[in-house]
Amino acid sequence: MLDARPAPVTTAPLIQVEDLKMHFPIYSGILRRHTGDVKAVDGVSFFINAGETLGLVGESGCGKSTVGRALLRLYEPTAGRVIIDGEDVARLSPEALRKKRPTMQMVFQDPQASLNPRMTLSRIIGEPLDEHTDWTDKKKQDWIYELMDSVGLNRRFANRFPHEFSGGQRQRIGIARALALNPKFIVCDEPIAALDVSIQAQVVNLLEDLQDRLGLTYLFISHDLSMVRHIADRVAVMYLGKIAELSPRDDLYARPLHPYAEALLSAVNEPDPVIAAKRRRIILKGDVPSPANPPLGCNFCTRCPRVMDICRAVKPDLIEVEAGRFVACHLYPTTAAAGSTGAPEATERNQQGVTR
Amino acid sequence: MADRALPVLEVKGLRTVFRTRGGEIHAVNDVSFHLERGELLGVVGESGSGKSVTMMSLIRLLPAPPADIRNGEVLLNGADLLKMTPEELRKVRGAKVGFVFQDPMTSLNPVFTIGNQIMEPLRAHMGMTKAEAETRAVELLDLVGIPDARKRLKAYPHQFSGGMRQRVMIAIALACDPDVLIADEPTTALDVTIQAQILELVKELRQKLGMAIIWITHDLGVIAGIADRVMVMYGGQVVEQAPVGELFANPQHPYTRALLKTVPKISGGREARLKVIEGQPPILTQALMACPFRNRCEYRHEACDKANPARRAIDGRPVGRGHDVACHWHAPAAQEVEHA
Repeated sequence: MLDARPAPVTTAPLIQVEDLKMHFPIYSGILRRHTGDVKAVDGVSFFINAGETLGLVGESGCGKSTVGRALLRLYEPTAGRVIIDGEDVARLSPEALRKKRPTMQMVFQDPQASLNPRMTLSRIIGEPLDEHTDWTDKKKQDWIYELMDSVGLNRRFANRFPHEFSGGQRQRIGIARALALNPKFIVCDEPIAALDVSIQAQVVNLLEDLQDRLGLTYLFISHDLSMVRHIADRVAVMYLGKIAELSPRDDLYARPLHPYAEALLSAVNEPDPVIAAKRRRIILKGDVPSPANPPLGCNFCTRCPRVMDICRAVKPDLIEVEAGRFVACHLYPTTAAAGSTGAPEATERNQQGVTR
Repeated sequence: MADRALPVLEVKGLRTVFRTRGGEIHAVNDVSFHLERGELLGVVGESGSGKSVTMMSLIRLLPAPPADIRNGEVLLNGADLLKMTPEELRKVRGAKVGFVFQDPMTSLNPVFTIGNQIMEPLRAHMGMTKAEAETRAVELLDLVGIPDARKRLKAYPHQFSGGMRQRVMIAIALACDPDVLIADEPTTALDVTIQAQILELVKELRQKLGMAIIWITHDLGVIAGIADRVMVMYGGQVVEQAPVGELFANPQHPYTRALLKTVPKISGGREARLKVIEGQPPILTQALMACPFRNRCEYRHEACDKANPARRAIDGRPVGRGHDVACHWHAPAAQEVEHA
């Protein structure tokens, strides 16, 4: 079995991200000149405690996957610091980074595309061991079997190929591979999005069991707000490259503070017709602006139902407005006063989060 | 005009088989259902449960071969679609039955303008002149909430966002004022806030136009919000069918019951652990001689291996009209079913 690690007692967070930026350059014209940047991630800061799960939610294109990849330095971040277990991953030399890799791993969204179709299951799970250990073949094989046991794959399957497995089983292979080097931190990038509903629960339960047993720390990236409510301890809501709100799970779902978080939660479909009939939805107008050309002020000002003049001019900072709750919105903390448009709507919406 | 009292669509004993090199795949097994005028029927199931193939079969959109519709009747206003000549069928598709597909990018033609694609069915089915069709196209875009409609007619699909494209697809499907609209996972590819916009639009359109809708999805949350009646499919057959409130409050089939518990809730008490349906869906390589769900079912007993259960009514009303289930096991009475 995998070694059970005692629950960590350190107070410093395992992961500390400061003002992370990931800009992708746009080249255009005949001379392929650098004409702008897609600001996929534009100044994101958060921390994750050891043994904790941080949920990262948002709609497609908001930059949540880019954050996950930049954290593990699968992209070279444009700016910012990513401190994982005391070292700034964003600045490590290639050799130091290679040594660091075993502590931080990733589970990808599409288990079909992230497994090499020409490699057997045993080689896929064992590849990180070939790269990072000098173990004998026997020792590697024993460890591969243990990993397969712990993710619920039958040992008899060791010499089969990925196409012989279903989506849920393939995701288990991806998880076993991520666990091979005994990591501390795993980025789960939409690990259940490609799976059927009845299979999703299997994978989520497995991730939870492994976390309990091994003391793992997760960044769980997902657009499925109900599932994030189930698995995460704290949740960060992203919009257009920035964090709109970062709150403990129960607080966020009971009473979202940022207007976008509020609208996003109200848009989730409750699988219960009685509740569905009672809920009031906030229907946002329009689409998300392009990250290549974000609004001058708050990124959400073009769709925000509670937009004020200041929102169109000044970008709000992410500040702690209540204990443990961080919000980037001009409504806080100097709320009231400022000329809010659509005041009657706003009062109605205040009850949104607790409407059940 | 057709009899108002009759259902607009009635499907009886539909059976579709795919012939492949590896043998036959029995994708749709004896599926029967009806659709009342103005009703929204939700069809729920996982990938491979046969929900899309059923709907594609009834309007004969599947390439044959490999698809082979072995059996059944599909009565649209009393006329059997399965007996129609290709010429007759063409007059039904897009005119009396509208289709909205999952992926709005691949189902719009990238080299024609939006206007061109909306006007096509109008000119083909309604015999409109170009000017008439253009006026109607503008009306339709207005109807589905696309601002600045007249200018947008000249735009190409890539200039639209996902949500806007899905609105265009709906406009095309509604162009000829169909009796039935079949929507196959129309909001699955969209983000939640955009999904909410489209669901709101469909609710509005139903009130305005009153057409009957078949809504295919795997998302129980969507179903809970918009459907009148729900049909749950598994292994290519209908395993449970009921009015929406009844299905969620009093699910009968072990699959439905488990499915409702595998999905975490967005409000109310948070479950410590998700319910899991162990195992995998069946591979339908032969006709079903036993219950397709038996290998994953917690209530399996001898009868389940011997015969594929027929649908039986549980509320005294005829099968298909009230609440029915295809299961050998009898669920305990409703009050024992926990319901948050």
